[in-house]
Amino acid sequence: MIVRLRQLGAGTLSATTTLGRAVLFLLRVVRGSGELIHRPGLLLRELYSVGVLTLVIIIVSGLFVGMVLGLQGYYTLVDFGAEQSLGVLVALSLTRELGPVVTALLFAGRAGSALTAEIGLMKATEQLAGMEMMAVDPERRVVAPRLVAALLALPLLAMIFTLLGIVGAYLVGTSLLGVDGGAFWSQMQAQVSFEDDVLNGLIKSMLFGVAAGWIAVFNGYDCQPTSRGVSRATTRTVVVTSLVVLGLDFVLTALMFD
Amino acid sequence: MPEPQPIPAAPPLVEISDLRFRRGGRWLFDGIDLSVHRGEVVAVMGPSGTGKTTLLRLIGGQLRAHSGSVQVIGEAVGSLGRRSLYALRRRMGVLFQSGALFTDLDCFDNVAFPLREHTALPEPLIRHIVLMKLEAVGLRGARGLYPAELSGGMARRVSLARALALDPELILYDEPFAGQDPISMGALMKLIRQLNDALGLTSIVVSHDVEETLEIADRVYVISQGQVMGVGTPDELRRRGSEWVQQFLGGLADGPVPFHYPAPSLSEDFGGGAS
Ligand SMILES: Nc1ncnc2c1ncn2[C@@H]1O[C@H](COP(=O)(O)OP(=O)(O)O)[C@@H](O)[C@H]1O
Ligand SMILES: [Mg+2]
Repeated sequence: MIVRLRQLGAGTLSATTTLGRAVLFLLRVVRGSGELIHRPGLLLRELYSVGVLTLVIIIVSGLFVGMVLGLQGYYTLVDFGAEQSLGVLVALSLTRELGPVVTALLFAGRAGSALTAEIGLMKATEQLAGMEMMAVDPERRVVAPRLVAALLALPLLAMIFTLLGIVGAYLVGTSLLGVDGGAFWSQMQAQVSFEDDVLNGLIKSMLFGVAAGWIAVFNGYDCQPTSRGVSRATTRTVVVTSLVVLGLDFVLTALMFD
Repeated sequence: MPEPQPIPAAPPLVEISDLRFRRGGRWLFDGIDLSVHRGEVVAVMGPSGTGKTTLLRLIGGQLRAHSGSVQVIGEAVGSLGRRSLYALRRRMGVLFQSGALFTDLDCFDNVAFPLREHTALPEPLIRHIVLMKLEAVGLRGARGLYPAELSGGMARRVSLARALALDPELILYDEPFAGQDPISMGALMKLIRQLNDALGLTSIVVSHDVEETLEIADRVYVISQGQVMGVGTPDELRRRGSEWVQQFLGGLADGPVPFHYPAPSLSEDFGGGAS
């Protein structure tokens, strides 16, 4: 019993100190990221590897999620004779929820894990320590551009995901199920509001970008500098990001939409 | 034979006094004094795990001492703010045991890295400097190779070229000879000595390879169990070092240094099974 209690205490303590380290780390990196203005090349390179290389999976997933959403939505709506509202249903689901959330989950698997592994390996092979001794701060040189790239990339990727999802649903709806194309778009235009839906979705994906980027770079920077340490950190990035994104999404949804 | 070392008037480039540093519950350094004068090659020797790498990290400001002082080029490393610490680091080069080359950059870009980070030199000039540094370590022809394509000895030499890129005053070598074949070992030894003398550097070589290190060092510190066990020129140590130092330098298995890590008795471990 005492042992259990002690384990619980130790676990809580170590989780709290990790969180504290993560917060301090974020503050330092954010403070150091101002230098990126003078070195846009660094940021561009990371935007490419974090954003552009994630595009394929985002495009394909967006299309398929939209197509499935089109099918399922139609089957439900048609019972109520409301199949002309398919566009609304799909657009709202995507802008408010699926776009930001699924993009963040895919991003964690594709880009977050890669960020963690890359930084972790640089740590394990003393490249970060070497950089420090060359008077180059790895938090500014290595971490900051990757974090900022993640922050910028995720909202953009979420938008692309959402747009392609809508296109997917449109294709399925009009060509397969006989929904009227004009009604699809006009109902969507009438029912989806920019402030309530699009903007809130965008805010969500920005916050998810902060979470996903932060978790990825911190796990890499804080990992045990061994092969097992790096592999654990990579797994942890994907798991923690997914949980945080889903939890955060619930809170945000509760706050944003009524 | 060996002339008595002239006592230099200038303050030492590196001065460590009464350094205490704890790691994992034991004192890794328990009151160490060490000084390195400008132009010297000073070796720090000791068995593996005595904290030689740790000592270099303390000098480089990656770790902070629990008590005592570490002065490098006139600055107290332990109490420097980030900015001054980074300014100080620009004046020293470190050769990591692993080489610590950037695996995603080729040799040229590895050596160019500190130049590109710290200077606004035009690219043709950077090319000049990089090729000069690579030439100094005999690897100008390997500029296009990636670290994965280099042998261990070559990687260490590229790493040395990179450490020299910003023309440091002080250069720290962590186990430069470990795991080297005899030829690259000889090449590295010569390089360390020649670079030190030709470029007017000051070098600290941390190593447990006795023969090689004694050959190039002006002075040697032998460290063990948190203490300086002996200090002097290689000859002094060989002739007048304590019993412990003699054992370490001679590589004798038996002596004051136990060969066995403390362990339960043999009969307990192997005999009779559980009691
Ligand atoms: N990050 C660390 N955490 C705890 N102990 C460490 C760490 N790094 C090194 N040590 C311990 O400090 C001691 C000295 O290590 P090190 O300086 O690498 O020795 P050396 O370079 O002389 O072989 C070793 O016993 C090692 O176990
Ligand atoms: Mg070592």
